[in-house]
Amino acid sequence: MSQLSLTDVVVGFDAEPVLRGITLDVPSGALAAVVGPSGCGKTTLLRTIAGLVRARSGEIRIGQRMMATHGIHLAPEKRRVGWVPQDAALFPHLTVAENVAFGLGIGTRAARRAARGAEVARLLGLVSLSALADRLPSQLSGGQAQRVALARALAVSPEIVLLDEPFAALDPVLRAELRAEVRALLAAEGVTGILVTHDQAEALSTADFVAVMNDGQLLQFGTPREIYERPRDPWVAGFVGESNLVRGMWSDGFVECVLGRVVAQWGGASTAVPVDGQPVTLLLRPEQLVLGPAPTMPAAFSATVTTMSYGGHDVLVGLMLADGTRMISRVVSAGALSAGAPVTASVSGPALAFSPQ
Amino acid sequence: MTEHVIEVAAPPVGSRRPPPALLALAILACAVSAIPLVYLLVRVSGGAPDEIASILARPRMPALLLNTVSLVVTVTLSSLVLGMLTAFLLVRVRLRAQRVWIVLAALPLAVPSYLAAFGWLALIPGMQGFWGSFFLLTIVSTPYVTLPVAAAIRGGTTGLDDVARTLGHGPWRAFWLGTWPQIRPAALAGSLLVALYVLSEFGAVALMRYPVLTTAIQQAYGASFNRNYAAILAIILVAIAMILVFGEQRARGRVRRQFGAVTGVSRVRMVSLRAARIPSYLLLAVVPTCAVGIPVSVLVGRLLQAETLRELDVLSLGQAIANTLGLALGGAVTAVLLAIPIAALAARYRGRVVRAIESTGYLALGLPGIVVGLSLVFFSLAVIPALYQTAIVLTFAYGVLFMPKAIGAIRSSVAQVPESLSDVARTLGYSRWQTWRHVTVRLARPGIMAGAMLVAVTAMKELPATLLLRPTGTNTLATELWARTDVSAYGAAAPYAAALVLVASVPAFLLSGARRGRTDEVPS
Repeated sequence: MSQLSLTDVVVGFDAEPVLRGITLDVPSGALAAVVGPSGCGKTTLLRTIAGLVRARSGEIRIGQRMMATHGIHLAPEKRRVGWVPQDAALFPHLTVAENVAFGLGIGTRAARRAARGAEVARLLGLVSLSALADRLPSQLSGGQAQRVALARALAVSPEIVLLDEPFAALDPVLRAELRAEVRALLAAEGVTGILVTHDQAEALSTADFVAVMNDGQLLQFGTPREIYERPRDPWVAGFVGESNLVRGMWSDGFVECVLGRVVAQWGGASTAVPVDGQPVTLLLRPEQLVLGPAPTMPAAFSATVTTMSYGGHDVLVGLMLADGTRMISRVVSAGALSAGAPVTASVSGPALAFSPQ
Repeated sequence: MTEHVIEVAAPPVGSRRPPPALLALAILACAVSAIPLVYLLVRVSGGAPDEIASILARPRMPALLLNTVSLVVTVTLSSLVLGMLTAFLLVRVRLRAQRVWIVLAALPLAVPSYLAAFGWLALIPGMQGFWGSFFLLTIVSTPYVTLPVAAAIRGGTTGLDDVARTLGHGPWRAFWLGTWPQIRPAALAGSLLVALYVLSEFGAVALMRYPVLTTAIQQAYGASFNRNYAAILAIILVAIAMILVFGEQRARGRVRRQFGAVTGVSRVRMVSLRAARIPSYLLLAVVPTCAVGIPVSVLVGRLLQAETLRELDVLSLGQAIANTLGLALGGAVTAVLLAIPIAALAARYRGRVVRAIESTGYLALGLPGIVVGLSLVFFSLAVIPALYQTAIVLTFAYGVLFMPKAIGAIRSSVAQVPESLSDVARTLGYSRWQTWRHVTVRLARPGIMAGAMLVAVTAMKELPATLLLRPTGTNTLATELWARTDVSAYGAAAPYAAALVLVASVPAFLLSGARRGRTDEVPS
């Protein structure tokens, strides 16, 4: 059953639409990440779901409840969505417990009363902040503030929680920790989550589903694996990870190109499967380029190492072919490689072919 | 130069249209506050065109205009320089007894300009004309620049200066690139307040016998039956005020973003005085000494003379104090109620309608009290005679006159409440109104209270409208004091002057922020 459902949602004016017809279904209990370059409309999408921005047309449903449809706009306070903004936005005049209790009654006095209740204690326990219940927001670290913001959003038992780049301002270690914690927490509470992020790696590693947006449109929605391994087009492929693009010629399940004869699958629209001899663009992930002598592989080629980018767990090796084509390969260990060294490379696994851009 | 320093964040789309209820309230507040001006226009348009032309051609007209404009320009510039220097010393410099200096810097707000003029004239009777007025108005209006600029420096960051220094700029240039864009809106707003204050100043220039538009209006109203002459002079004053307001808005419009992060701690690097120590303390002492110290000590000297104390009627002094407090409080409440919708609109939304509403809200600053007073006399007589000469009309006059001060204070404090807090409250089940009440107003409360106190202080000192509108037999400290300056009864005036300074100091003290509030309020 899908928990959040958007149908052809349009936001903004005719001259400059911010969202141009978004259709999206997120299953119940899933965590979906929304990624895209800055200004693509991902935060507006989140604000529209929350009701903070009015959709011009289209439908938004949460479960069976209609949030927005033709001319009708349910006010944000009636939507029961949790909102975790980038800056945490804790109420500076309230303690941690009072912040968490803010939605359990209207007004500071109600919050103060609810702050002593069992539900707030339970939520603070969930985010492991019971010891800090009486602190003020100014005395919290960035990660603690975000955990309070999450507990506050969960306090009103929302059906979905919307997270607007909540980890953006944190340092990498804390970020990974909090990411895992948030994910576990949402799963434990059975709440559907929508996470906006500009960090593709974060989206791929954290979410059950990834939505890739650009220029107000939803380009692709799928599991992280689908998005990474079966991107809809080279732009999506390039946005969610490094990629090599090579021109070639389609030939019955192979592509003839500068790398040789490469096993290929058609990645474009099923209506546009190419015929033999048709030009295509071939997409190769860096980890598909295997370095070292591999005579058994059909597509092997010689290249020169140009750059080495050491990333700890892996190494990105820049290659230049004889004709000047540049490629990137990802290897687990650099071994004896160094810049300027000649190397033999081969393609592992099928590559994706698209219509030429 | 400022454009490239500030990265303008794209505003969230769709939520930019003001809610209809807020818009309606703001328009209502504007309409109510525009009553005196509308009356004025109606009066003038009722006059014969050739009469108006002959009034404009009077030989005194150019001299009045020149006197007014030159006083406004010179006082504004000198207050701006003095106020910025004072603010910098108060916030960025390690001072001994810093809190005392902050209170002293705000203290002139408690002293009416005519009282300061009165004190100086008692000491130096020859201190009259342009230079006397220039000196006096500069020192009494400097806090209007000092207070907002000090707040802006305190709420800002010196991080940008540091960046500019590392990019190869000298300290002055770094200040210009880093700090000036942050304090510019406050400096502009403060300058506007000073300019409009000088434009509608009446008591001090009257005592200094320096003829300007306001005193000419007073003479025309008081001495002749030709009130059209006064109305036309008033319209010229309003026109000058509008030019000032629009100029400030145009200048401010280029800086769109508020500085300072939401959860971040503002970092202000302190400077040590070293060689500049003594001149700096002297500079800080100039304004409070000249605006408060000297005139008040002259008056206290008279107060302590045995003859004065013998003549003092304690009962009538107590009555005047009670009246003053009650009327000022009523005026403050009225002004804040009128100002809140306008300030909320201006803080949160942009666009032509919003700008027009805000400008209308500032109109009253350009209206001299005498004009507001008389137009309300006629308005109440014509429309609701039952209210004529009641405290309600006088309270309303205060509200209309001083609403702009409340708008300034409330607008900036509302703008400082991050909108993401409102977003969170909305998703937690708070309606728009509940969010406004429990989040925005709650966090903007210090600014709203500051606005109310600013109005109260000003209303206590208000003279011309009070003289016209007070209910028969109701005396305030200001009217009692004024009655006694007429006959040069310095001694008899002294107790009232002292009471007025004391009563007005209480809000001024609170206004200066010397009261240590909960430091956990909105980081600013």
